[in-house]
Amino acid sequence: MPVTPVSSEPVTDSLWDRLEPVLPRVQKPIQYVGGELNSTPKDWDAAEVRWALMYPDAYEVGLPNQGVQILYEVLNEQDWALAERTYAVWPDMEQVMREEGIPQFTVDQHRPVRAFDVLGVSFATELGYTNLLTALDLAGIPLHAADRGEGDPVVLAGGHAAFNPEPIADFVDAAVLGDGEEVVLAISEVIREWKRDLVEGALSPGSGRSPRDELLYRLAVSGGVYVPKFYDVEHLPDGRIRRVVPNTSGVPWRVHKHTLMDLDSWPYPRKPLVPLAETVHERFSVEIFRGCTRGCRFCQAGMITRPVRERSISTIGDMVENGVRASGFEEVGLLSLSSADHSEIGEIAKGLADRYEGSNVSLSLPSTRVDAFNITLADEFSRNGRRSGLTFAPEGGSERMRRVINKMVTEEDLIRTVATAYSSGWRQVKLYFMCGLPTETEEDVLGIADLAKKVIAKGREVSGRNDIRCTVSIGGFVPKPHTPFQWAAQLDWETTDERLQRLRDDVRADKRFGRAIGFRYHDGRPGIIEGLLSRGDRRVGRVIEAVWRDGGRFDGWSEHFSYDRWVAACESALAGTPVDLDWYTIREREYAEVLPWDHLDAGLDRDWLWEDWQDALDPDGREVEDCRWNPCYDCGVCPEMDTEIQIGPTGQRLLPLAVR
Amino acid sequence: MREQPEQQAPPVQRLRIRYAKRDRMRFASHRDFSRAFERALVRARVPMAYSSGFNPHPRISYTGAAPTGAASEAEYLEIGLAQHTDPVEVLRRLDASLPPGLDVVEVVASAGGTLSDRLQASRWRVSLPGIAPDEAVAGVRTFLAAAEVPVERMTKRGLRSFDCRAAVVSLQVADTRLSQESCAILEVVLRHGTPSVRPDDVLAGLREVAGLDAGPAVLFQRQAQGPLDEQAGTVGDPLAPDRDAV
Repeated sequence: MPVTPVSSEPVTDSLWDRLEPVLPRVQKPIQYVGGELNSTPKDWDAAEVRWALMYPDAYEVGLPNQGVQILYEVLNEQDWALAERTYAVWPDMEQVMREEGIPQFTVDQHRPVRAFDVLGVSFATELGYTNLLTALDLAGIPLHAADRGEGDPVVLAGGHAAFNPEPIADFVDAAVLGDGEEVVLAISEVIREWKRDLVEGALSPGSGRSPRDELLYRLAVSGGVYVPKFYDVEHLPDGRIRRVVPNTSGVPWRVHKHTLMDLDSWPYPRKPLVPLAETVHERFSVEIFRGCTRGCRFCQAGMITRPVRERSISTIGDMVENGVRASGFEEVGLLSLSSADHSEIGEIAKGLADRYEGSNVSLSLPSTRVDAFNITLADEFSRNGRRSGLTFAPEGGSERMRRVINKMVTEEDLIRTVATAYSSGWRQVKLYFMCGLPTETEEDVLGIADLAKKVIAKGREVSGRNDIRCTVSIGGFVPKPHTPFQWAAQLDWETTDERLQRLRDDVRADKRFGRAIGFRYHDGRPGIIEGLLSRGDRRVGRVIEAVWRDGGRFDGWSEHFSYDRWVAACESALAGTPVDLDWYTIREREYAEVLPWDHLDAGLDRDWLWEDWQDALDPDGREVEDCRWNPCYDCGVCPEMDTEIQIGPTGQRLLPLAVR
Repeated sequence: MREQPEQQAPPVQRLRIRYAKRDRMRFASHRDFSRAFERALVRARVPMAYSSGFNPHPRISYTGAAPTGAASEAEYLEIGLAQHTDPVEVLRRLDASLPPGLDVVEVVASAGGTLSDRLQASRWRVSLPGIAPDEAVAGVRTFLAAAEVPVERMTKRGLRSFDCRAAVVSLQVADTRLSQESCAILEVVLRHGTPSVRPDDVLAGLREVAGLDAGPAVLFQRQAQGPLDEQAGTVGDPLAPDRDAV
């Protein structure tokens, strides 16, 4: 960290003069120049605590990320803190940077990442891990946390993947679970305090800790920051974990997640970043609530973001108006894990559609709930003539499968819903399913074809037209930590591919429907690597490093991903251990096994998760209803985290805007 | 059956806009700029006229854009409005709605005629770091002495070969106040036409006929764009007729 007078003190000057001449040599140079509308360049010297925030994927994916934008704004609102952003550079830029000796930089003011106090990395997916290593290496920060010194930033992981940070425990100094808005400020305050103590020579005399370790210790004892180096992992001879124990007194046995309450008080982003470059989401998004309690057993997001906390209709209305005015985006997305579940979604849809009628502002909803109400919403949202697609997610192809995953949608529900859609003028619907779910058989997968055919037949019947289409998207199921399926065996990729092939053939073979049904799916191999990284432990870090050293980058991109490289790295890096790729992925776990993330507390009661897993396997198992409307089913989150469900209705309505 | 889309009224006013691409914004491609500009129109609440059709677009006529990486003081476009609006007010609001570096320089009401017809030539300034002025002077002399200078450029339709000499109205090394010891500065006036010859094509030509190799750190800046005075070899102001008509 820059305050420490050591020889390796990093340079903080802007790298722009060195960067500018090389930009004509790379693809899409605009992604590296910053200067986006609403970006906030701040005075370096006036800030006491400085964050480099990274989204470890390409700019076009990373810039729209809500999490990074929110934290960027929350931090920059403090006059004593500063945040700049950095993204993964494409391989052509990486090569130029290596040739020219240009380190990883922020796009805001092109500062070297190593000059910051914290490098905060938001992991929405595990497939960004190799990109973290590229960034560290380019930044001149040692890859291994153990090799870092006083001149290096604290490397901090967050995001959903950080709920099991063990595979990257070698590379990060700390990890934070849950909502970031408050904890980034809490961490900043600890750093500010520590820096002041450092300057005054008041740094816990007699503790024997280096200044850097002292900072990590202060973060760890707060209970809300996981510092892997303060925990030892012991193994059993067969490779399973024996236990994970703190090795330093004062460090808590379990680290808990952070939950932001009263989202109306945190209406971010207020100043949405508007990129020059084209990005994957060209819209302004408002998160209308956080959390989901539907209880789908495969869904990590639904489990780790509990409880449900809604924004009120009036806050949503204000955020939409402000966002449109501040960004110039004409498309607004109403985001959440299940947006149609907002207690006042009907009023929100109607109110916003009224407000923006006759303008070019269009609204969209990631519509995944299978019921006719969604069509009403979609009709409101398409009042100005633009129709985005309709997506429904039955997830499982058969009734039995949907019972296993606790996605309680009947075939009649689905057929009735699509009938409404087709009869109110929609020509195309998209259906989302998963393949490889626990207990799945080939019959369950072929049920997807059956459903799709019925959907088309119904569509033709109610619309009286033949140009009805349905797109079936299929994702491979990957068991995730902190879900009832965390103990499940993942389906091997060969069987996944076989089942998908059979399904495809089945649909194609039927001349009446084949051409009306489109198929989107990926092969099963990337899912196996995602599975390895999701449920891996600290030993997987060696695999990630081996892949990266062999050139692995951008694993979330099919044109860059190499399954063979990962397999080879598993073989070499795990040689001599009792574990291998299959052990991490296609092996079912027992109740008693210590899971790598058991010491990380998402609030969920482990026994509740286990019982829910048993209910999934039991053909007569219990159905879990949504605790938003039904009585609490004791998942454990609210009492454990001292939180509560926060929902409407407020009874308010959106009024027309005075000035247009 | 879907209804036919509503027919939109024609614009009641057309505004002609000169804007600049400066500093880091020179790396914006034309598509990057047009996205940013259309968002800025929304932010600035400019009462745009829209095209008819299922997917109405704001009425914007772009003209030939400077290549990605080239800076410019003289880019032009025209917008069609649904309500009469004070051009000075549009300038103020639009400029405030664009990121720094994409700067609106002038807005005038159209007095008729076709803007793109007036954009006959451009004056460019090209900085060549690492090239001494004397070396550049010699190269320019060789280039100008040639009747034809064939060059190649990769286009969307593949590698194309064309003459870059005929489009050059004038080419000179700027005087010593501008050119420094280690960085020659060229001033070149290029006639617009087909094939369109860009200043980087002229550099390719200089490399071809005179062995002048400037490397990748060259800076291009369009300084003016407008009607070409064939006699004087100068580039005029394309908005002058509109301004005079007020």
